[in-house]
Amino acid sequence: MNTINRTATPCVIVEEEVQFTLIELSRACRTEIDQVVELVMEGVLTPSGEDAEHWQFRGATLRRARRALRLARDLELNAASTALVLDLLDEIDALRSRLRRLGGD
Amino acid sequence: MEFKDYYAVLGLERTVAQDEIKRAYRKLARKYHPDVSQEPEAEARFKEVAEAYEALKDVEKRAAYDDVANRYQHGQEFRPPPGWNSGFEFSGGDFDESVDFNRSDFFESLFGHPTAGARGRGQRAGSDHHAKVLIDLQDAYRGGRRGISLRVPRIDANGQATIEARHLEVNIPKGIRDGQHLRLAGQGGPGQGDGPAGDLYLEIAFAPHPVFRVDGRDVYLDLPVAPWEAALGTGVTVQTPDGSVQLTVPPGSSPGRKLRLKGRGLPGVPPGDLYAVLSIRLPPADTPTAQDAYRRMAEAFGDFHPRGTLEA
Repeated sequence: MNTINRTATPCVIVEEEVQFTLIELSRACRTEIDQVVELVMEGVLTPSGEDAEHWQFRGATLRRARRALRLARDLELNAASTALVLDLLDEIDALRSRLRRLGGD
Repeated sequence: MEFKDYYAVLGLERTVAQDEIKRAYRKLARKYHPDVSQEPEAEARFKEVAEAYEALKDVEKRAAYDDVANRYQHGQEFRPPPGWNSGFEFSGGDFDESVDFNRSDFFESLFGHPTAGARGRGQRAGSDHHAKVLIDLQDAYRGGRRGISLRVPRIDANGQATIEARHLEVNIPKGIRDGQHLRLAGQGGPGQGDGPAGDLYLEIAFAPHPVFRVDGRDVYLDLPVAPWEAALGTGVTVQTPDGSVQLTVPPGSSPGRKLRLKGRGLPGVPPGDLYAVLSIRLPPADTPTAQDAYRRMAEAFGDFHPRGTLEA
């Protein structure tokens, strides 16, 4: 069955208007809470707040967390290796963005 | 539907030992994983490889697949044998629900759909869903209504999964950037019982543009000029994603010089900037007149030493 909505569905920009609790982020990443906690422990994700119950993740964390979880699952990496891969990918992203500014690609 | 040779996808012989399968998968996964790979068609290749691995990594599934594979070749029309589904029972409903991609019809005809229905009754929140949406740079400049079609798996009352087409109208916010996500509350998987529906996340990606490059909120374009335009300065009309603007190339400009059009990048608070990056096009010296012109230039610039200290 097709569902046709004629009115536009309301939406928000996650990176600008959303903060996640640990539970919300786990749900949004379709993963178990433990896995997100592990990413925090390895320093891949950096929430604000004292303890896990009060953690707040910035909206931009969604992209980073999903990337980390995909890599960990598909390449069968442990949390430490995932952290390393993400750091290297960040560096590559920065270099690519520099290339784009120079028109080198 | 076509029979898929999962061994061929992983580059393996049918007789390989189980740990070879893992090794082959990991190697190909590192090569084609969409998060790390620059290979063309990486995502499509990775899906094939991941599906092949999912079928072969488990000894029971592999045995079931081998039984079919002995009768088919890659690409051959495949019909599931009668009573197939009842013929095998796999220990554990070990479908990884977090896997984002849809498996092929062939895979599902062998191993079935993942069924979320069996996960207990009562009240339960629906799961959050994700999809990727490709938009044009112009859409991000202007914002506006955009129709989006999604293929959504639905679990019916009997726990059977089917794929449904679903159409949504979304207002793309003006100034959205490449890689950002939109959250549509309550548009994800339905909840069980009185549980709330999950959310739908749309990841925004910009379609590649032949002229403009985007970096965050800033937009870049290459602006070719003639040598005399760079030397003497000129005014040019430049197309931006949001209409054309007049731009002054100052005298004495070198290639690589960035001319900034403040606030002409992606809208926002603050808006991004648009940069025209100068490059110098040399006119071809392919007629006697053109060659004469270059010779006269050489005479006029007798003191010009482009290689400077290289020739000291």
